[in-house]
Amino acid sequence: MAFVDLQNLTKSFGSQVVVHDFSLAIERGEFVSFLGPSGCGKTTILRMVAGFEPPTSGQIAIAGQDVTFLAPSKRNVGMVFQAYALFPNLTVADNIAFGMKVAKKPAAEIKSRVEEMLQMIKLPQLADRYPYQLSGGQQQRVALARAIAVKPQVLLLDEPLSALDAKIRVSLREEIRALQRSLGITTIFVTHDQEEALSMSDRIVVMNAGQADQVGTPFEIYNRPTTKFVAAFVGTLNQLNATCEGNGFNIDGQIVAAAGGSNQEHGKAVTLALRPEALSLESSPARSNSLRGTIDEVNFLGSVIRIRVAFGINKVSFDIFNNPNVAPPQRGLPVSLHFSPDDILILAA
Amino acid sequence: MRKSTFGPWLTVIIGSAYFLIPLLATFEFSLRLKRDEYSFEAYRIVLADSRFQQSFFYSVTLALATIVVSVLLVVPTAYWVQLKLPRVRPLVEFITLLPLVIPAIVLVFGYLRLYNSSSIIPLTGSTLGTDLLLTFGYVSLALPYMFRAVDTGLRAINIRTLTEAAESLGASRSTILFKIIFPNIRASVLSGAFLTFAIVIGEFTLASLLNRPAFGPYLQNIGANRAYEPAALAIIAFGITWACMGLMQLFGGQRQSTSR
Repeated sequence: MAFVDLQNLTKSFGSQVVVHDFSLAIERGEFVSFLGPSGCGKTTILRMVAGFEPPTSGQIAIAGQDVTFLAPSKRNVGMVFQAYALFPNLTVADNIAFGMKVAKKPAAEIKSRVEEMLQMIKLPQLADRYPYQLSGGQQQRVALARAIAVKPQVLLLDEPLSALDAKIRVSLREEIRALQRSLGITTIFVTHDQEEALSMSDRIVVMNAGQADQVGTPFEIYNRPTTKFVAAFVGTLNQLNATCEGNGFNIDGQIVAAAGGSNQEHGKAVTLALRPEALSLESSPARSNSLRGTIDEVNFLGSVIRIRVAFGINKVSFDIFNNPNVAPPQRGLPVSLHFSPDDILILAA
Repeated sequence: MRKSTFGPWLTVIIGSAYFLIPLLATFEFSLRLKRDEYSFEAYRIVLADSRFQQSFFYSVTLALATIVVSVLLVVPTAYWVQLKLPRVRPLVEFITLLPLVIPAIVLVFGYLRLYNSSSIIPLTGSTLGTDLLLTFGYVSLALPYMFRAVDTGLRAINIRTLTEAAESLGASRSTILFKIIFPNIRASVLSGAFLTFAIVIGEFTLASLLNRPAFGPYLQNIGANRAYEPAALAIIAFGITWACMGLMQLFGGQRQSTSR
């Protein structure tokens, strides 16, 4: 049985269903991210696991125990919030010690655990500071230490990096992942940032309108999206409207081949997807497909140049590296884009 | 073009004069007990008066009791309303405003009808009962001020997230209330407490009609029979009120300096 088992969870607020028949099994020590836009239900599921929202129907089990209607204080889950939620009246050390004091642990044990946690988050010198005296990144580290100090069964992270600036966000996400690995703690991470989800997770659940659109490893989610929504939300996937023609597809009057053929009835409209990194201006034996078009837009972004090519109604974007000795291509220039049949993804609706 | 500041200054001067001239006149009058010289004799007489000491001590005791009851009533209520029942907040606000609409005299006659010695709950039948009734009356009178102060304090902190953070760490509701919520709205609670103190110290109607030896009736009694001592008492009462306001400013300022 899975360590965290969510079965047929549904949550309604009045007539609005925000989570619909959601099921997921999370193994012990796994790092699972819920990825999706605002309002997709990812935070609601996390709050149901934490016990802050009772599910309308369904069941939640942690370590084999049914906790569906257990009070949050009895679940032994640690939670880190987007807004840090450190207690303003307590010092860093007291914040970290709070859960252990509530559990009436011996003073010596609390002291040593607080020191251990402070070492872990690399802030031992800030033990006596108050939250308002810390930066956002330091506050979130303390919040993480506070949540971990009580040795929770599951760690819940509710967009913990969203309020931080870009640089801190990258370093802290690496720290969180390293900590999670070293402690082996089962973790559910909620984010709307695909880069965070892709870089940190063992598995990603892409949420859309209260349901899981796709569950898979970051590699699977990025390279083999199964729905239009996942393709559009994860990465900068080019989507192309096409019709089936023989074993290939017709894109604005040009025929391209797909690995394994189209396997669809002739003339059927489909949506294809192409990763930007699969496209090249240079041909090669592996890149047997090509599409002719004209350069529609050129954006100079420093290290890379983003080019948009139009074929007709369809347009694709891709990046080339900046070469200081070569000027960027001009708008209106006719070009051929080359790619492999293996790179074509056929998306479900 | 530079705007003239004459108008605003004139308003400030007229406003200040409106408040300060009677006060200064009262103060000056309170110093004239001895003929042809200024002295603090009126203050000495008032402060040496055992009835002053007793009534002041009685009112201070009741003010403290009122503050304790108010805090225990208002903080959990306001917390719970904000956390779980935000929709009933307008209703609670309306209820807390009622003491401003219903005069104290109506309140006390209602009390006398409900809690007289021949009623089911004969609170006015004993001294302790009457003191309790007076305290509850003061709690009602102070409710608009205490509720607003506490409510403002609660709105300034993210009580939902703090509560959830504490719950996820295993804390019970009472632990959250006393170890997290109370300390973080301390300045607001103190503001409400000082306002309550100022109201109770000067209150006359309830104490007089319930026949209790409070400071308000003492002030009235002295005012009816003496000339200079009431003026000294008025200045003392102002001093107490201003001290309360100063403490409110002090704690309010502390809150601002400790928040980001």
